Amino acid sequence: MHLSPDQIIYWQYGFFKLNATIVFTWALMLVLAGGSRLITRKLSVGLERSRSQNLLEIVVTGIAKQIEEAGLSQPQKYIGFLGTLFLFIATASLCNVFPVYQPPTASLSTTAALALCVFVAVPFFGIVDQGVGNYLKSYMQPTFFMLPFNIISELSRTLALAIRLFGNMMSGAMIVGILLTITPFIFPIVMTLLGQLTGMVQAYIFSILATVYIAAGTRVRKPKPEPVKD
Amino acid sequence: MDSITIIAVASIVIAGITTGFGTMGPALAEGRAVATALSSLAQQPDASSTITRTLFVGLAMIESTAIYCFVVSMILIFANPFWNHVIAQAVKK
Repeated sequence: MHLSPDQIIYWQYGFFKLNATIVFTWALMLVLAGGSRLITRKLSVGLERSRSQNLLEIVVTGIAKQIEEAGLSQPQKYIGFLGTLFLFIATASLCNVFPVYQPPTASLSTTAALALCVFVAVPFFGIVDQGVGNYLKSYMQPTFFMLPFNIISELSRTLALAIRLFGNMMSGAMIVGILLTITPFIFPIVMTLLGQLTGMVQAYIFSILATVYIAAGTRVRKPKPEPVKD
Repeated sequence: MDSITIIAVASIVIAGITTGFGTMGPALAEGRAVATALSSLAQQPDASSTITRTLFVGLAMIESTAIYCFVVSMILIFANPFWNHVIAQAVKK
């Protein structure tokens, strides 16, 4: 039994390995990027628009609305990053219905890479929004003694993001594999359906958590009101 | 008992205990969270979208503790580092 799609190796030349994670990640990237390119090739601004353009508009405006509701008032600045995270994780788990397919998010390397992107993006957007000094100062809120705890929380939440996604996707594949050996007919299908639901929920949660972290990093802290002297 | 047997027994037993006890707390916590969310949904149906979103995020946070336990037990069973170490030692001899 494979613990992760890293162990399925299609092609190997010395140090270089082509495992299932890399293959399916690139396949997903091709499908997502190529599909969007194909649809956005001829866009229309009038009332007559194609069905695929409508679909993409629903997706994009839906994601923008969710980002705005989670606390970022200008979703256009962040939708490139957060929307990509959501779409990639969602398609990675939705494609589970195809045979032979192995979700690349069931490998710890993929989820760790995604979590590292969030780890880098939070200071990036924070510094872009409020400058280096103000951002670094936010680590010392409310007092100077909170500095180590703020740094620890930054690291531990990155670890939690990676392990959460990996654990959920891996457990879905694992449970289906175990059930196939015990009750091979109906039950694995039901669990696969449940896995689709968990996959969507996890994609939503991953991107909403990234949104919340970025919102916490970019929030401009108002100076404390001066105590009134009498 | 030689060391391979001890490691195998300990890993299997601890893997079961880890998942068993580790899912107990999150199960109770998720039950409480859903119950509270349902009662507040009944009181304020207008705020359903906010409550549902917060509930999902909170459930994921709670559930991740159970997932950690599951990952630990999976590592103990399928990718046990101690087991691999002992096997490597035995091969060397």
